[in-house]
Amino acid sequence: MQDAILIREAVVGYPGRPVLRDVDLRIEPGERVAILGRSGVGKSTLLNLIFARSGDQAALIPQAAALVRTLSVFHNVFMGRLDRYPAWFNIKTLVWPGRREVEDVRRALEVVGLAGEMFQKAGTLSGGQQQRTSVARALFNGRTTVIGDEPVSALDTRHGAELLTRLAERHRTLVLAMHDVPLALAQATRVVVLDAGGIVLDAPAAGVAPGDLARFYGG
Amino acid sequence: MVANAVTPHFAFGQRLGYGRTTGLFVLGGLAALAAADLTVTAAHPWAEMARLLRGLVAPDLLAVDVRSVVNTVAFAMLGVGLGSASGFALALVFPRYRVVRVLCAVLRSIHELFWALLLLQGLGLGPLTGVLAIALPYAGIFAKVFSEMIEEADLSAVQVLPARTSTVSAFAYARLPDLAGQFGHYTLYRLECGLRSTLVLGFIGLPTIGFDLDSFFKQGAYAQAAALLFCFYGLIATRRLWARPVTVPFLLVGSLLVLPPGLSGGNALRNTMRFLSHDIVPQPLRGADLLAADSWIAFLGWLAHLIRYEIVPGALNTFVLSQLALVAMGGLSLVLFPLVCRRFAGPVGRPLGRVVLVIVRSTPDYMLAYLLLLMLGPSMLPAVIALTLHNGAVVGYLMGRQADALTYRLDAPKGVNLYFYETLPRLYGQFLAYCLYRWEIILRESAIFGLLGVKTLGYDVDAAISELRLDVAVALILATALMSLAVDATSRGLRKTLRIDGLPVRLSANASGASTGGEIGLDVAAAS
Repeated sequence: MQDAILIREAVVGYPGRPVLRDVDLRIEPGERVAILGRSGVGKSTLLNLIFARSGDQAALIPQAAALVRTLSVFHNVFMGRLDRYPAWFNIKTLVWPGRREVEDVRRALEVVGLAGEMFQKAGTLSGGQQQRTSVARALFNGRTTVIGDEPVSALDTRHGAELLTRLAERHRTLVLAMHDVPLALAQATRVVVLDAGGIVLDAPAAGVAPGDLARFYGG
Repeated sequence: MVANAVTPHFAFGQRLGYGRTTGLFVLGGLAALAAADLTVTAAHPWAEMARLLRGLVAPDLLAVDVRSVVNTVAFAMLGVGLGSASGFALALVFPRYRVVRVLCAVLRSIHELFWALLLLQGLGLGPLTGVLAIALPYAGIFAKVFSEMIEEADLSAVQVLPARTSTVSAFAYARLPDLAGQFGHYTLYRLECGLRSTLVLGFIGLPTIGFDLDSFFKQGAYAQAAALLFCFYGLIATRRLWARPVTVPFLLVGSLLVLPPGLSGGNALRNTMRFLSHDIVPQPLRGADLLAADSWIAFLGWLAHLIRYEIVPGALNTFVLSQLALVAMGGLSLVLFPLVCRRFAGPVGRPLGRVVLVIVRSTPDYMLAYLLLLMLGPSMLPAVIALTLHNGAVVGYLMGRQADALTYRLDAPKGVNLYFYETLPRLYGQFLAYCLYRWEIILRESAIFGLLGVKTLGYDVDAAISELRLDVAVALILATALMSLAVDATSRGLRKTLRIDGLPVRLSANASGASTGGEIGLDVAAAS
């Protein structure tokens, strides 16, 4: 069964450039963790570390949608399961997708509302559509945990909330970096706030109001 | 749909995508494969190959004649130097005059070996022939590349100059300082190509490494040939050490001093005049009354005969060879480039792969074809192999560099999946750009391989020269020039249609991007 993700590091960062200090975090299966904080505070760094420590149980939605622009939406989403099939099958699917794969991918794309664009080149999509493709790739991946770096930042609030609800329905554990505080609080069971090079708040979401977090965004 | 109707060019570009372009070229390659003669006619190719390998393992270094090595450097230095200097002068007026652009296109569309064969007729087997054979086509190349560099350069410094600054001072103050470094860098890089070209000139009689190699190969003295070849690789590998901005003046003066006098072929001026005013004039027009209709009718008959029996068959064979080689080298480069890519070959494999590709790339394809012809016997096969190996290594090396510059997402797949789903799709436009750029180079080489006995246009050129039908030889060389101009234009058109005309295609390192591999690597994550 799924394990907790454990992180205990004195210094996190890049060679010669520490970003976070004294990180002590334990994420239990079933938790919905929102990671909040000003931009540049180290949210992506922490997420990448969580992904690296998640073993093989998490799907990632990176901050830049990281699509291959010359491939179709179908192929970009199918990439979420490349590890499940032998290489010859993946290459065959690249040239000649099977009916079953198309149907499976279509289901993931229906969740994000992109089924109609399945065979368009990813490079022709708008920014919001690219982000939804990236979310669909994580959905299609089918891991129980999803780690998302601003997964709905290019969508309006209503669509963003909808998409987050669907992500939550399909994944047991969520770890999401967010800049939209009300949106984050609506989904999360736990809030982790970063500031000044470390974790400054780690509390259940139920007891936190948006106003409580304003000071971390002030300046 | 409406947008397509309004902009038909855009619609065409949509239809002729990467996939269809590839498909068309592969179909062409298959047709060429069916048409080409690829038989091995030699009785014991493996025995000869084994003797060659033994020679490569035990090179006879004492047999190396230092003079031919020195001559090779001297010819290359002077040829490339002269080409660079005249190319620079031409580049200044390149964008302004169409006639200069056409002149440069013609200069570079004729292979240095064809230039050498033409120059031989007037100047004999002298030093000037060797230097000019390199300098003329290279001047055309330098003019084009330098003018592109001028075009791409930063203009902000020019804009702040006082309004009435003269063109020359503006160029000297605001542009040249920036560009001089680039020009120098490109010229020194081209020296490597110049060394290869000079070696090949030896095969038609100039006293360079190629001349000795020719006689060693013919005698089957592979140990001696291998030693000479290793010297050549040494020259190429150490080029950055001995050819530097500070050493260039000394190298140029030294080259002038050591150039061999060559064989005296009589009065060079008189020979050249005779060559230009008599020899290359189409035979029916020599001394004929140019106002009489009869002489022109005779000329048309001569031309029709030439086109039907020499130009068309030769051009067809040249085309067959180049299309086959183009597709084969494209395929090879796709197989080779992971060998020089960090993600696929790893930190140990990559340098090793680089060494292999650089050695293959440094081997002149003309010499490779010559050697394979000796081993396998006359057919198109040796030429196809030589062109595929050389160009496949060049494109593979460049693709590897581009692949290293890609940034992948953190959860990207590995191995075969990474190659087919991420690396190849992202680099495919770049790959097509490289292939289309090499197309014209492969075509020019294909024509030249005729000199070795493959039945391309060069074969007829060689025959015409040995029969002293120089008018025919010149007409055939012009035909090859036209062919490569046509391929160059098609290639540029395709690159524009596919919208890959902005991608880098030159072999010399471009300043942007290639060297900085932006990998996401947390040190904590990497340590765990």
